[in-house]
Amino acid sequence: MESLFNDFSPGLFIMQTFILLILIFLMVKFAWKPIMNSLNERESGIQAALDAAENAKKEMQNLQSDNEKLLKEARAEREGMLKEAREMKDKMIADAKEEAQAQASKMIAQAQESIRSEKQAALAELKNQVATISVEIAEKVVRGELEDKKKQLSLVDKMLGDVTLN
Amino acid sequence: MKIVQKSIKLLTLVAIALCSFQSFASDSGKKDNNQNDGGVVDTKSEVDKYIQHHIQDAHDFTLFSYTNDAGERKHVGFPLPVIVWTSEGLKTFMSSKFHHDDNGEEIVTAGNVKLAKIHGKIYELDAGASKVDFDAEHHATNAHKVLDFSITKSVFGILVVGFLMLFWFIRLARQYKKKSIPTGFGRALEPLVIYVRDEIARPNIGEKHYRKFTGYLLTVFFFIWLLNLAGLTPLGFNVTGQIAVTAALAIFTLIIYTASGNKHYWKHMLWMDGIPVFVKPILAIIELAGAFLIKPFSLLIRLFANITAGHIVVMSLIAIMFVMRESLGTVGSTGLSIVLSILIALIEVLVAFLQAYIFTMLSALFIGMAVEEHEHH
Repeated sequence: MESLFNDFSPGLFIMQTFILLILIFLMVKFAWKPIMNSLNERESGIQAALDAAENAKKEMQNLQSDNEKLLKEARAEREGMLKEAREMKDKMIADAKEEAQAQASKMIAQAQESIRSEKQAALAELKNQVATISVEIAEKVVRGELEDKKKQLSLVDKMLGDVTLN
Repeated sequence: MKIVQKSIKLLTLVAIALCSFQSFASDSGKKDNNQNDGGVVDTKSEVDKYIQHHIQDAHDFTLFSYTNDAGERKHVGFPLPVIVWTSEGLKTFMSSKFHHDDNGEEIVTAGNVKLAKIHGKIYELDAGASKVDFDAEHHATNAHKVLDFSITKSVFGILVVGFLMLFWFIRLARQYKKKSIPTGFGRALEPLVIYVRDEIARPNIGEKHYRKFTGYLLTVFFFIWLLNLAGLTPLGFNVTGQIAVTAALAIFTLIIYTASGNKHYWKHMLWMDGIPVFVKPILAIIELAGAFLIKPFSLLIRLFANITAGHIVVMSLIAIMFVMRESLGTVGSTGLSIVLSILIALIEVLVAFLQAYIFTMLSALFIGMAVEEHEHH
């Protein structure tokens, strides 16, 4: 211990204190301050860049999910539209068919009706004509028959003969 | 900018080249046996003396010494300025005037004062004395220590590391003006700066206050680490193993955490809540001793002891080469010495970082305790 204190040199102590003071002052002023400032600046710059990248990534993700959503919606819409169109087409076809059917049956019915009424009319005319013709024929026949008295009497006889009086 | 940097590099190189090869020899070989760093180091006591000499501060920067064919001791290195405050005021001269004498035999006269260097300390001779007298324990009887502001080897090391730090980190700071990522050597420094900030300052002091203290912690961390590493080079610095240096560092930390202590810190220290009144003064004494003595002492002794011990161990392991030559043979002792000293040197590289880390960590922790904001207990 004694030699320890014997070795202690006050002069060296003062020199060391003095030099260290100057060194700390110079180092802080000319080296550490600018170095620390630049390091902090750089670190905050890096942090900002990282944050920006992270944000961009997030935004990108958002955008992508948005896109996907949009795409899905569009797809669904298309699907819907197609379905609607198909339905409409089917319906139109069905409607048209039905209408055509109705029209056709109506027309058929009308045709049948007119055919029937024509037929009726034709029949009626035919009957009339047949009646007229028969009357004429009968007239002619009668006239012919009645030209001769004998014949008229025979006919009356015959007819009277036909009539049974029971 | 480039040209300035290049010319600084060139100047430094030239200065080192000029200085280091100017061998300033001691004038004769007769003093060899008196010099701690001189002569052959072979026995255990010589090794011990050599190590003791190394871990002390020195007034010369000696890279190595050798004895030439004529038997003269040559020292390769360069002298450093001696600045002492004597009874007649400030005296300055180059350390080469002592001619590597460390036993008080070479008397340097500066003005009217006579100065001698004994075991790395400079003594002023009492008036009238022309030669240092020693008592039985080899303490000078007619001389006293002077306040020594010399640029010693340690101060030189501190200055070199200080300039290196300024150069490197100011260059790093400039790089940020042009680009956000540094290139070259700055790329190696930046993670260390971030490490100190994020692993030492931030968690220990807290998010709110750490900015204010990061500058101090960074300076201290790199200062200690670089000096620890410099101590592992063959240049032979032992700056962080000087108790004066670690004491100054610890006192800086002490001043900072004492000055920034908030109300809660002082309240907790001086008049702790939730204990009986008669215990409070006793606890206050313990807490005060903890804050003002134990904490700084633990800081200064830990760093000093670890680094000094590391130097002693490395040098002792190198000394195996000489000390165990008789029992293991030249090859055996050399091999053992090299293997062991490489292993321990690698551990010392780790210790160099670890001690810088621990000192900074504990400083941050103490500051953190002082500025911590208590919600409620």
